[in-house]
Amino acid sequence: MSATAAPPESQAGRVWARFRRHRLALAGAFVVALLMASALFAPAFAPQDPTLLDTALRFRPPFAEWAHPLGTDELGRDTLSRLLYGGRVSLTVGLVAMVTTVATGALIGITAGFLGGWIDMLLMRFVDTMLCFPQVFLLLVVAAFVPPTLLSISLIIGLSSWMEVSRIVRAEILHLKEQDFVAAARALGASRRRIMFRELLPNAAAPILVAATLKVASAVLMESYISYLGYGVQPPLASWGNMLTNAQGYFDTVPWLAILPGAAITLTVMGFNFLGDGLRDALDPRLRMDP
Amino acid sequence: MAEPLLKVSGLEVHFPIRSAFLRRRVGTVRAVDGVDLEVARGETLALVGESGCGKTTTGKAILRLIDSTAGSIRFGGEEIAHHGTSALAPFRRRMQIVFQDPYASLNPRMTVGGILAAPFDIHRIGHAGDRAERISALLRTVGLPADAARRYPHEFSGGQRQRIGIARALALEPELIIGDEPVSALDVSIQAQVINLMKRLQAERGLAYIMISHNLAVVSHVADRVAVMYLGRVVETAPREQLFFHARHPYTQALLSAVPEPVPGRSRSRQVLQGDVPSPAKPPSGCHFHPRCPIAQPRCAEETPRSRIIAPNHAVACHMVSA
Repeated sequence: MSATAAPPESQAGRVWARFRRHRLALAGAFVVALLMASALFAPAFAPQDPTLLDTALRFRPPFAEWAHPLGTDELGRDTLSRLLYGGRVSLTVGLVAMVTTVATGALIGITAGFLGGWIDMLLMRFVDTMLCFPQVFLLLVVAAFVPPTLLSISLIIGLSSWMEVSRIVRAEILHLKEQDFVAAARALGASRRRIMFRELLPNAAAPILVAATLKVASAVLMESYISYLGYGVQPPLASWGNMLTNAQGYFDTVPWLAILPGAAITLTVMGFNFLGDGLRDALDPRLRMDP
Repeated sequence: MAEPLLKVSGLEVHFPIRSAFLRRRVGTVRAVDGVDLEVARGETLALVGESGCGKTTTGKAILRLIDSTAGSIRFGGEEIAHHGTSALAPFRRRMQIVFQDPYASLNPRMTVGGILAAPFDIHRIGHAGDRAERISALLRTVGLPADAARRYPHEFSGGQRQRIGIARALALEPELIIGDEPVSALDVSIQAQVINLMKRLQAERGLAYIMISHNLAVVSHVADRVAVMYLGRVVETAPREQLFFHARHPYTQALLSAVPEPVPGRSRSRQVLQGDVPSPAKPPSGCHFHPRCPIAQPRCAEETPRSRIIAPNHAVACHMVSA
């Protein structure tokens, strides 16, 4: 610990000071910011329409010509444009799935943790049951019956991955509800709903935020899985997952078609994971390891 | 005599002990095992005893934060021991609590203004326009600046937080405040300030207090009457002077003799009790105190002593004490 800087006054200041020391988290935050910006401004950055075919210009290598900085695919579509628009799809799915996951998980966790008794028992056995199914199988079974749209894919991913969040929130609530400020609220006559959502939930914000960040990463990965397997985002709409599917036939001759979307997925997932780790360390000093 | 503000009789709070496997009931902790108390308007009753004797549980049961197993709680003449949430609502305004730990009793994610607005929100008192005025009036009453409303609890010291806790308890203008060791977590220099604040509020507003404490110095300063608890039962109740100078129950006498003497060199016979406080899961038969009592007789192990009036306002539950 350096003794040069005076300790920051506010809680936000302390959190930022701890976060800043975490180099990988900073890098993660930078990557995430970059991805968000590129997804948001994809139409401005993309050299051309990602679905535009040009069979005369198939399998162009990357860094060969200005018109197609990252080359073209088997149908002559511009790879950079497809990556940018695919990133849009991935991040949209990631964020919508995350919101679904966190909302469902937090609601079930707080209900189970606060009400306890047989409700808790029932909900937690339901969580156990959901965890018994491998998520990919669950996704594929549902995807086989539900027409794949961006929204339906996001919801399916979100509704099949809230279990961890509900366990985290429940554990936090079990600890929080024994505190005197909850007894004080009850003594004032506060309703259960008020205690759950006004008193308890804001105190569980830190672990929820960390879980939310990590869930974006796993949702992006899930979307790639199911798109790769053909049940997710449908062509001609680009997604990193279906770009990989298209690339697999040419992996021995034109490997960059697989490497580029693969790298994009890896970078995104790692970015969110490091960001989540950094947030966890910054928000919860109890878990922090001294540098 | 008019009905007292609060009259508790035969109050019992038992907690089940459950096995790890199948959660079967394998025993009972008798945290509160037949407590009788009365509090008149405007008076301070101190509830004293060692840790684990059930004094906090008694306080929480009176406030209906914990359900009682048996007994009656009459507040302002109405039986409230079995009231549901909605029937209890008007009584929530009339009884409040100040907690021991000022760090755990304030929601760390709410501003002080938000904490003090809660009572008004919950009971739909006033309107949004006069909320700020009500909150700053409360802060003024407990001696905090009005801009405290915008800050968070962690920005305050322990004594200041306890003032915030008192302000919250005052918001609904209750008739009774239960102080659950309200100063024992504070620095000694701050304790006097908070006690004096509470005494001033009592004088101004005619509040009744139940002061739960193990600190006899604090009790001697604030209490009008004192009730001594041992293992879930009240063993002696008396006006303050009477209790401090003419305690009759052997447990009260031992408790008083354990207080450090402030005058050096002045010695006093000290009774040292043998053994530990037994577990409330397996209380001794008859009088709970008999295994440690210096004057116990065979009868004490067989028969539970009833509380008897031995002098005006002075009740003792002991077979060996006679008027």
